[in-house]
Amino acid sequence: MATRTATTTAITAIGTMLHYDFMRNAFAAAGIVAAVAGVVGYFVVLRAQAFAGHALSHVGFAGATGALLIGLPPLAGLLVLSVGAGVAMGLLGDRLAQRDLAIGMVLALALGLGLLFVHFYTAGANQATALLFGNVLAVGRATLGWLALLALACLALMAAMARPLVFATLHPELAEAKGVSLRLLGVLFLATVGIAVAEASQIVGVLLVFTLLIGPAATATRLTGRLGAGVLLAAVLALAEAWAGLVLAYYTDWPASSWITLVSVAAYGLSLLPRGRRVAAAAHQHGG
Amino acid sequence: MQLLRADAALAFDRVSLQLGGRRVLEDVSLAIGTGEFIGLLGPNGAGKTTLMRAALGLVRPARGAIRVLGAPVGRGNPAIGYLPQSRSGLGDLRLNGREVVTSAVDGHRWGLPVGRARARAADRALDLAGAQALADRPLGAMSGGERQRLLIAQALVGEPRILLLDEPLISLDLAHQKATIELVRRLRDELKLTVLFSAHEVNPLIGAIDRVLYLGGGHAALGPIEEVVTAPVLSRLYGMDIEVLRAGGRIFVMAGGYDMEHDEHRHDHGHAHGHDHSHHGHRHDAAL
Repeated sequence: MATRTATTTAITAIGTMLHYDFMRNAFAAAGIVAAVAGVVGYFVVLRAQAFAGHALSHVGFAGATGALLIGLPPLAGLLVLSVGAGVAMGLLGDRLAQRDLAIGMVLALALGLGLLFVHFYTAGANQATALLFGNVLAVGRATLGWLALLALACLALMAAMARPLVFATLHPELAEAKGVSLRLLGVLFLATVGIAVAEASQIVGVLLVFTLLIGPAATATRLTGRLGAGVLLAAVLALAEAWAGLVLAYYTDWPASSWITLVSVAAYGLSLLPRGRRVAAAAHQHGG
Repeated sequence: MQLLRADAALAFDRVSLQLGGRRVLEDVSLAIGTGEFIGLLGPNGAGKTTLMRAALGLVRPARGAIRVLGAPVGRGNPAIGYLPQSRSGLGDLRLNGREVVTSAVDGHRWGLPVGRARARAADRALDLAGAQALADRPLGAMSGGERQRLLIAQALVGEPRILLLDEPLISLDLAHQKATIELVRRLRDELKLTVLFSAHEVNPLIGAIDRVLYLGGGHAALGPIEEVVTAPVLSRLYGMDIEVLRAGGRIFVMAGGYDMEHDEHRHDHGHAHGHDHSHHGHRHDAAL
């Protein structure tokens, strides 16, 4: 009886929450973006390119603030620069593989430039925070449409290149011997990551892109050794984490990005536990 | 063993190979017969990896012609199975063994990595290499010997007729070296494969291989161990005075009281961790 009451209360609460337009948009946007970030992120983790993904988002910040300055939507600037940077990194390919310092410098330069653009864009203090840390509650109808379109593009690209990408990732020498162009795949993939990064930035901001792109994927790789299951799990985890973050944000009035980050890191932490203890911990959480 | 060039599995006709402006092989002619198990030896930089890459069509001869199974050499030849020396894509991968092998099945085609035929082909390769027990374990958790067995399974994908195995004994202990050689020998017998197997020293291969192909100083010597691994032949290849000592069924290649092959073994460990796969042949050969 007590559980039924609790369930009813919960359903009513969610109903109230979904009453608000901005909450419905937020759930839709977070859901679309999280699923895509999970899928693309799985391959980022598989290819050990997490740092590159991080760098793309920072370059995107300069693009977004630059776009504001010249009167364009920030998403457009973000998209153009993060995809452009992805293509450039893909073209440099192996020559960039161990250039952490070079990537780091470009990353710093992009943030510095971004700050400068915000400085000149006088109405921009709030915009800067929103770009850096995300503002999912402010996603409007038009943006939602763009996010859905970009998500489709991302998934289509991934579906087209998944097979040679996995081959080239696991056996680059062999793939090369079979006539696979490692460079073309590298460019295509990082361009796709650029799109995913621009999407994720709309939800959690450029500084917290890791939360949706890397967190769920890293957790998924720890939980299964199978490729298909891993990709699916990464998408489901990202979605669950994003929505859980939104619900928690609604009830606590804390920033959604903070909650999504906390949930994502907690899930990863849980996956690090040895198998037996992980089950026990999950059961405990469930019971309590 | 005299062979007509036309019957050879692998034939080099007056081939010169260059790498980064340096001549690796100079006017080399040789023929390897179908079903032969050839040990490929020689000092670092002698061109063992380059010779394999030339057979794969990845390095074009500066002069001369290479024929594989009677046809001119070309990229993406499905008749060749290849185990590269540098396995840069694998690291501490959390994907399981089956996925690692499956990814090599038609991995060069665009699209999603799914399908029954793929699973069957991978299964067959796992069976042949006796690697079914490794199918559900993450690659990152495998020992060196297990990993090698799995990668040999991957080289068997697509039912090749020639196996090019580049340093499969690297960083294996003696027991696993023996097991690996035994596995390759059994595969050669069962599948009538032609095998080119590169190694740092000849001793583990004594009794297993049919002939040895020794490279050095741009030259090559192909023949039975007792004819090739001798002071006059090796002195010519190394370009210095070499002593060959035989004791207790083992062969020691010495220069000025200094064990050549063992010294090189130490020398090469760093290469297994390279990220720069497209240039790895170059680095390997430049390390003389």
